[in-house]
Amino acid sequence: MTGAEVRNFAVAIVLFALAALIPLTGSGYWLSIGVSIATYMVLSTSWALFSGPTHYISLATGAFYGIGMYVVGLGIEILPYPVLLLIAAVLGAALAALVGLATLRLSGVYFVIFTLGLAELIRQLVNWGQTTQGSSSGLYVLTDISEPMIYWQLLGLGAIVYLLGWWINRSRLGFALRIIGNDEVVAVHSGINTASAKIILFVVSGTVATVTGALLAPRLSYIESSIAFSPMLSFLVVIMALLGGAHRLWGPIIGVVPFMLVWDLVTAKFPNQTTLVLGICFLLIVYAIPHGLAGLVEKYRARARGAF
Amino acid sequence: MAGRSALLVENVSKNFGGLIAVDAMTFEIEEHEVLGLIGPNGSGKTTMMNLVSGALKLNSGRIRLFGGDISGLAANRIARHGVARTFQLVRMLPSMTARENVFAGGVFGHRRLWGRDLEENAEAMLEKVGLGGAGSTPVSAMTYIDQKRLELARALVSDPKLLLLDEWLAGLNPSELRIGIDLINSLRGEGRTIIVVEHVMDAIRSLCDRCVVMNSGAKIAEGTPQEVLADEEVIRAYLGDHHA
Repeated sequence: MTGAEVRNFAVAIVLFALAALIPLTGSGYWLSIGVSIATYMVLSTSWALFSGPTHYISLATGAFYGIGMYVVGLGIEILPYPVLLLIAAVLGAALAALVGLATLRLSGVYFVIFTLGLAELIRQLVNWGQTTQGSSSGLYVLTDISEPMIYWQLLGLGAIVYLLGWWINRSRLGFALRIIGNDEVVAVHSGINTASAKIILFVVSGTVATVTGALLAPRLSYIESSIAFSPMLSFLVVIMALLGGAHRLWGPIIGVVPFMLVWDLVTAKFPNQTTLVLGICFLLIVYAIPHGLAGLVEKYRARARGAF
Repeated sequence: MAGRSALLVENVSKNFGGLIAVDAMTFEIEEHEVLGLIGPNGSGKTTMMNLVSGALKLNSGRIRLFGGDISGLAANRIARHGVARTFQLVRMLPSMTARENVFAGGVFGHRRLWGRDLEENAEAMLEKVGLGGAGSTPVSAMTYIDQKRLELARALVSDPKLLLLDEWLAGLNPSELRIGIDLINSLRGEGRTIIVVEHVMDAIRSLCDRCVVMNSGAKIAEGTPQEVLADEEVIRAYLGDHHA
């Protein structure tokens, strides 16, 4: 490990330790925002692991997240919670592999549309399943898992995602993905099996999103398909990753924190205009900071270095 | 034929819908040989190269690399078997430095380098193509000839058994052309096996041991550069009937 890596590790450990103290403040408000931030930190960072280098925009996060929620919703009365998390992970990975095999040969806009449609398709299937089973439109998730527990679990998952991302970035696989994002034709002719490289990363990001949904199910106590498979979630993940900068492992988090703080205000003050605000944010980010906050930081750092 | 057969193309055809781009092509290249694939525009040379590198799938026929059948394999698998190429329109990895562009050729190709081995080999290749010390340059800041050199270094770092150069000299000015021809000549001196698709006749005369001439997707002549460039059918294909 280089000196810079040791320093980054130390900084990350301190930040995680500080973040882990939030539930101890006893403030319900900060804990609730903390859970939201931790959720989107995990989702956006894992989304960027795949979409950052490859530039394949996936809107399937909501599909995986919803499946995770429903695994817990359906199984909580029958199986122990850790087993449900494991089932969610396996299901998420299997679905991601299937979707990857079917779609990652598609490029650009076809892939985006397919992933958006996937969440909707699964939501309709769940609805259909529930109505034919004659049950109610939602599921109760009654557990004794407290909000601080959920928060700490999310932080733990976040730490795993960062370690995984760090490892991937310095591996052949990470380099292969950067080449794919630059020029897929060159990638293929350099000997890279582009399909499997993309599928592996899509599986990683899909699995993480599914487990995240499973972790959050106890928080809602009543889950409905319209909440679990919300397309809004998929869009928020993309926006925050782009705001922070999807080309760096530490990019999404610096987008998630400010965005969630502002978003919390927006949803409280203008509950009926959230979609409008979201759209404007999207436009502003894409036009004004195409490489995200991480890109800005790097630009000013390079400029400062050039000045000396 | 004395040398070992490096590439054997047998009866290979490729059509796009009703258009026959490559029509029952058969030719062979020996180890350490430089073969020129020439012909008028649209005669199917680049398609032929794409069939060898796996960018396109052939409809019929067979391609053997050092005896092993590579027909119909995916391009990445053919690359691993030791075929490297450059592109007619130079293809860079724009977000990367020159050094990383060369790395890209070495990590997954025929030799699968990594770590120190990769760095040393990449540096040596940059040196060889005349880009020594330029490793940290972003490719967007490089001139056209330097990008072409870089693309060659990327192909060479995998130590390919067969190198395909698709109009690598196109678009260079006369002094750059001299440099380019010398560079390919030095590869020839190393005993590399190379197929060049080229329009520059000077380059073909000075570089190629043998030429295969294509017209309308089919082979119309084969032999030394002097022989094929004097061939009546070749002259007719390039210049029209009344010149032959």
